[in-house]
Amino acid sequence: MKRAAFDQKWFPVLLLLPQLSIICLFFYWPAWQALRSSFYLEDPFGFGSTFVGFENYLRLFRSGEYMQTAWFTLVFSLSVTFLSLAIALLLAVKADGVLRGAKTYRTLLMWVYAVAPPVAGFLALILFNQRWGPLTEFFRAFGWDFRIRLDYFDTAFAMIAVSVWKQIPVNFIFFLSGLQSIPKAVREAALIDNRSAVSRFWTVTFPLLAPTGFFLLIINITYSLFDTFGTIDTILRNNPGDQPITLTYQVYLDGFRGQDIGGSSAQSVVLMVVVLALTIVQFRMVERRIHYT
Amino acid sequence: MADMTHDTLAAAGPARPARRRLRLSTIGDHAILIAGALLMVAPLLMLVQMSTVPDAEIMRTGPSLAIGDRLWPNVRAALTESMSFSGRNTGLAMFRNSMILGLGFAVGKIVVAMMAAYAIVYFRLRFATLAFWAIFTTLLLPLEVRIVPSYEITQRLGLLNTWTGLIVPLIASATATFFFRQFFMSVPEELVEAARIDGAGPVKFFVDILVPLSRTMIAAMFIIMFVYGWNQYLWPTMIVTEDDRITLVQGIKQITQGLEGGQIPEYGRSNILAILAVLPPVLVVLFFQRWFVKGLTETDK
Repeated sequence: MKRAAFDQKWFPVLLLLPQLSIICLFFYWPAWQALRSSFYLEDPFGFGSTFVGFENYLRLFRSGEYMQTAWFTLVFSLSVTFLSLAIALLLAVKADGVLRGAKTYRTLLMWVYAVAPPVAGFLALILFNQRWGPLTEFFRAFGWDFRIRLDYFDTAFAMIAVSVWKQIPVNFIFFLSGLQSIPKAVREAALIDNRSAVSRFWTVTFPLLAPTGFFLLIINITYSLFDTFGTIDTILRNNPGDQPITLTYQVYLDGFRGQDIGGSSAQSVVLMVVVLALTIVQFRMVERRIHYT
Repeated sequence: MADMTHDTLAAAGPARPARRRLRLSTIGDHAILIAGALLMVAPLLMLVQMSTVPDAEIMRTGPSLAIGDRLWPNVRAALTESMSFSGRNTGLAMFRNSMILGLGFAVGKIVVAMMAAYAIVYFRLRFATLAFWAIFTTLLLPLEVRIVPSYEITQRLGLLNTWTGLIVPLIASATATFFFRQFFMSVPEELVEAARIDGAGPVKFFVDILVPLSRTMIAAMFIIMFVYGWNQYLWPTMIVTEDDRITLVQGIKQITQGLEGGQIPEYGRSNILAILAVLPPVLVVLFFQRWFVKGLTETDK
């Protein structure tokens, strides 16, 4: 805290008022509501609610549909995270290495950051169009009859593909800025010690990038959990049927469309616990990161 | 970022003896980067190509390399014709709505955050620690995990289909506040001392010294927040049900539904709308690249 502060009593309260009232109204109140109604069963006709303890949670874990969604979300998040991190790391290392056109490559590789997730879904519908989609035709050449929105696996594949595409730029930007913060002396020393670029990467660059990687891991999982909603909703067009959906989509379906407030609140709380756990891991990593550098 | 080329030049220096191998690997590096750039750019070029040829041709062959002359008629149709019967969600109207959401969110968030950060850093507050934790706990949970109760509260307050209901709940997270707090803490203490000696009050110090000092930070923040606000999807989908407030990003779903229903799917017009939905944030990111990268790498940490 600054020592030389102002002494006014009510002015700072006034300054804080907008922020505090917004978060009370739209953060603490809804979070509390979610927690509370996850223990209640709401009457569908609006005649009050009854306390049911952990029943809503038990119902979730007994539900085959919910568990399938949970498994899909896990596979989806891990695939998107791993693939977009790997591709972005490769591109960042190459973009850091070239002399000519470095700036152009950087620009071309980062602009997709600004593309909205639903547009990524829109692209998936065109690329994988049943009749003439360029990627459908490509896979057809290998004997894969790609049927987006009809086949569970194919839909999942398309969702992962465009979600990875959308996420590469963020990872690229962070990896590149991580690479550029490696001191020149370290690079030169590594160059003298180790002739092979591949082994130089794994023994020097990769460990130095590890903190950035850990941090990005969390960012990517959060992205796959929440930000992909728009992509998925655009691909499924309001009509999931038996197609893959993520946990966030399930909350939306059950709570907003299905009016199962208790069940969807329990799902919200499960998601909160997941995010909290991730954030705690992230904070510990950030602390460690500070010790490294 | 600016000194990147110097770094790499120096790093490549000692490796001169292996010139031939280096050259081969350089070609390989460029090949990978070109492939990566194509991967990122090709889908958007495909959207543009599709909007230059007649819809009937798309229906037969899909995307191709042919460039037709339908671009301007499609642009005109996308901007002025409505997607639905109400006639209120033309491309232009949705563009305006997206602008209101993007700018409103960015400005609102930055103003609220700067005020709160100023109070936390520069004043002696009795409940400062409490306020600090109350504000920064919001970093832990995104809007999506409390989406249904947030909707109910917004509904109870009578804010459905209003700009307030659309924008204000999105502001309820402290990313920007955290960022400005960090920045204010790094401002030298001598500045505020000097200002006080000169008789400047807290308002004068804020407006005349702190805000000008934060210019770069505000710009970086603004870009990130504008892109974030413009690209919002789930919250607007729930809050806005009337056609006259629908944003472009939200309209994408209507567009795809339109493609399913018609006799000849209007890919030309739809693709222009999709391009319109990505153009402003992409341009902002491209034009202000340096501030954008700064904002991104510093806010997310």
